[in-house]
Amino acid sequence: MSWESVIGLEVHVQLATNSKIFSGAPTAFGAEPNTQACVVDLGLPGVLPVLNEEAVRMAVKFGLAIGAEIHPYSVFDRKNYFYPDLPKGYQISQFEQPIVGRGSLTVHVEGCEPQQVGITRAHLEEDAGKSIHDAYAGLTGIDLNRTGTPLLEVVSEPDLRTAAEAAAYFRQLHSLVRYLKICDGNLAEGSMRCDANVSVRRVGDPELGVRAEIKNINSFRFVEMAITYEIERQIELLESGGTVARDTRLYDAERNETRSMRSKELSNDYRYFPDPDLLPVELDQSFIDAVAADLPELPEAKLKRYVAQLELSNYDAAWLTQDPEVAEFFEAVFAQAGNAKLAANWVMGELSAALNKAELSIAESPVPAATLGELLQRIADGTVSGKIAKGLFDTLWQSGGDVDTIIAREGLQQVTDSGEIQAMVDEIVAANPDQVAQFLSGKDKVFGFFVGQVMKASKGKANPAQVNELLRAALKK
Amino acid sequence: MADIDIQHLANLAQLELSQQEISVVGEDLQRIMIMVDQMQAIDTGNVEPLAHPLDARQRLRPDQITETIERDLYQQGAPATADGLYLVPRVVE
Amino acid sequence: MDTDLSLAGLATGLRERSFSSVELTAALLAQIAERNPQLNAFITVTADEALQQAAAADAALAGGDSSALCGIPLAYKDIFCTRGVRTTCGSRMLEEFIAPYDATATARLAAAGAVMLGKTNMDEFAMGSSNENSHFGTVANPWDDTRVPGGSSGGSACAVAAGLAPAALGTDTGGSIRQPAAFCGVSGLKPTYGRVSRYGMVAFASSLDQAGVFARSAADIATVLPHMAGFDPLDSTSSEHEDPWLDACTTQPLGTARSGRIGLPKQYFRDLGVTEASLQSACQVLEASGFELVDVSLPHVDAAIPCYYIIAGAEASTNLSRYDGVRFGHRCDNPQSLEDLYRRSRSEGFGAEVKRRILTGTYALSVGYYDAYYLKAQKIRRLIQQDFLAAFADVDLIIAPTTPDIAFKRGDLVDDPVAMYQQDIYTIPASLAGLPAMSIPCGTHQGLPLGLQLIGPHFAEKRLLETAASFQQQTDWHLQRPGQNPQAADSGSET
Repeated sequence: MSWESVIGLEVHVQLATNSKIFSGAPTAFGAEPNTQACVVDLGLPGVLPVLNEEAVRMAVKFGLAIGAEIHPYSVFDRKNYFYPDLPKGYQISQFEQPIVGRGSLTVHVEGCEPQQVGITRAHLEEDAGKSIHDAYAGLTGIDLNRTGTPLLEVVSEPDLRTAAEAAAYFRQLHSLVRYLKICDGNLAEGSMRCDANVSVRRVGDPELGVRAEIKNINSFRFVEMAITYEIERQIELLESGGTVARDTRLYDAERNETRSMRSKELSNDYRYFPDPDLLPVELDQSFIDAVAADLPELPEAKLKRYVAQLELSNYDAAWLTQDPEVAEFFEAVFAQAGNAKLAANWVMGELSAALNKAELSIAESPVPAATLGELLQRIADGTVSGKIAKGLFDTLWQSGGDVDTIIAREGLQQVTDSGEIQAMVDEIVAANPDQVAQFLSGKDKVFGFFVGQVMKASKGKANPAQVNELLRAALKK
Repeated sequence: MADIDIQHLANLAQLELSQQEISVVGEDLQRIMIMVDQMQAIDTGNVEPLAHPLDARQRLRPDQITETIERDLYQQGAPATADGLYLVPRVVE
Repeated sequence: MDTDLSLAGLATGLRERSFSSVELTAALLAQIAERNPQLNAFITVTADEALQQAAAADAALAGGDSSALCGIPLAYKDIFCTRGVRTTCGSRMLEEFIAPYDATATARLAAAGAVMLGKTNMDEFAMGSSNENSHFGTVANPWDDTRVPGGSSGGSACAVAAGLAPAALGTDTGGSIRQPAAFCGVSGLKPTYGRVSRYGMVAFASSLDQAGVFARSAADIATVLPHMAGFDPLDSTSSEHEDPWLDACTTQPLGTARSGRIGLPKQYFRDLGVTEASLQSACQVLEASGFELVDVSLPHVDAAIPCYYIIAGAEASTNLSRYDGVRFGHRCDNPQSLEDLYRRSRSEGFGAEVKRRILTGTYALSVGYYDAYYLKAQKIRRLIQQDFLAAFADVDLIIAPTTPDIAFKRGDLVDDPVAMYQQDIYTIPASLAGLPAMSIPCGTHQGLPLGLQLIGPHFAEKRLLETAASFQQQTDWHLQRPGQNPQAADSGSET
């Protein structure tokens, strides 16, 4: 009597073009209401759409990155329905002949094998405006700035089986579009929105259950929570003898539940037909080839390379390649430092902690990648010890500067002169006869005391390995 | 020919018709569709639809900002605005 | 002053300072003021702006500007968005709409120095063949005010025929320039689809609409067309076709054609009825001029009307969805809900014919009917285009009647939409195929004008206009004016 869930995601990716998909109005986020809606976006009488080349290029880039077939011939259709944030009374979208066909995305769920998730298609369409419901009594305010922003709608196959997989897929898609620089990935600003189609069926049942659609989820966490709730809701309903209604739902994060929307869209017949103001898109192979030549190293390939060539662990590689800015930073650190493991440790450790505490993104790091790389070089070549380096990092973080200059100015070089260390060792050993006796009588832990004393005497700069070696030798006597 | 559901079409098209109008328009549409059904007599077996008279492809526009937005001008004739927003009766989602 | 000159004559007069643009404009405005109350050709007369533009043109002329349209007053169908000027499309929906931007076609004419007299009356949203569907009242046919001027560009046709404007812009989707041109005894051209930008021209049926010109002669049309035509990056359906001949028409007078093969579609030339005499006589003139007349066949033209009404209806039904009372245009009083806002605003704003077409189009696109109607119509459209292309492999031009009869009486067809649609029987096929087509006067019947339609291959405006010019050199139908000897010139009484 066990259930399985079947999940498909439709993700709307806002493409990072300068101008709208069908007009020359700007797309920047956050402008005063309706100051970025030109006559075309407003759907005034007589206006006409003209297609943005960059939106097409970005769609093709995405298609190539997921190994999909690019359809050189594609058509824009009108999707007809009435809503105040849709000025023309139709949305220009692509119905039967989208620009990108079947592809796939490899998704890593923690603790599981990587999974190939099928992508049915991706198509271009225009975004609608925004409704503001609570500002005016009994009225809704409409801001059409967002109208006409290019969207790439990515439709997955119903290959996902758990909420965690769905969240991981969304995350992976997010990472990919940022790598491709086709979307800024700013979820808070609505740069990516996810609709989840969720149904359940008994294990072994070949038929799909009735699905509900949860609309407009805009965080990884909420994707997982909303789907989890919905699966449970459907199972409970079916187990108590009810039926799942095929409806559209909204996720309420505060109450952690999904709620049915007034099914305004279900009763709609969209009456799709080719938009007569636009001609069919026909792409030359040279256009597609130019886009292909411009593809960056994709996250999956980068991950594999980090593991194979840099000998990083899967975990570290996955961590570092999630965000293209992090990967870029890491690679710059590594290029300078020459030691991948060291670079990985510091980026994932010290740097990450400092960034989180200061609530900065890696792009805003006050310590540039090259500088961190230099610091790591000085660790690797023995100039400073790891411990000293941490302090140096803090100095760089607070006040910037150049690594070697700070080392010289504050005399942070490790002491590696065996003569000097020997002198300190002899002094400490001579000054602490009780502890010597303890050590010789078998209390190995006391060794730490001696190390501590030597380090203190050297103000932390004595090379720990040499200290160890010389102390051992001295204490044997 | 089956009766055309005028009320349904009016709903889709957001038009409000009185019972009388529905009846008149219903008759008009029936007559129009009888005329239109003449099309069925023509064999269009292997014919490709013609969406545009000219066999041309969509031109791609460079991604540049070319519009100057004159919001106040555009909103001059708007039925109801406040703080730059267009106002409509409260929409329930 | 005599305002009844050709555009070339007017341009000469302006250049030679026989009169100024202000004088010419003022004279026309006076005539409009006197006659528009009965004719109702104009919805908006932009008197002050026109005189200002005329004054500016006079300054330009004084400075040596010699372009053919500098200081020439024109009238524009109220479907073209004109910045700062009311643009109504003949509808209550846009009764108070002031366009915030200019249509490319009219902006280009303004840039060429033309003066805008005003916006002319039309069937609402270009849907109609009689100008009886206008919220702003019917337009009178200047030849007989109990009859319609044709539609949807009835106001522009009337204005030119009545001498209120030397030329005027119209739009033609299924015959809306050609048919009123025929009814009003003027020349009217619908250019090749894509020839003139549709940006700013309120859309009725996007794959059929074209802006065109009414004037007293082919020569005058050739003077106006080059300034409006040409690629526009703001219109995806605008053609990049280069036409040096058309460009040269800005300075060169229109030539004439004296030879070529002209096709007579047998599907048209069988039941001519009222138009028979004038067409036969036109054929004789053409043959005598040196043209060879041959039979051609357009086997699928009988399906053109249903095909057109489905395609135009479908496109129009969605083009008109933007009229929702939200951002501009008519809004109902005290909307109680969003639905109420939409339904009442739209139902109050649109007239009966518009609603009929919206419902027809909605039906054709609705679930279950798309293949049988819309897709079927698109296929028939290709067959019709193929018919023409096959014919043009054999002939240079095709001629046909423009209309089945003279202008009908006001009220005759208002209650019979299907009968009204049949008015466009000769004009629709060229629209479906995107071909250039024009109507020129070729006779009269019972004192009312009849038109000869010339249809050419894509971008063959040269062929059309030069053939028309040749015809107009041999005949004087185009020189007839309403009120001059209406019976004497009746072609029905000629051999």
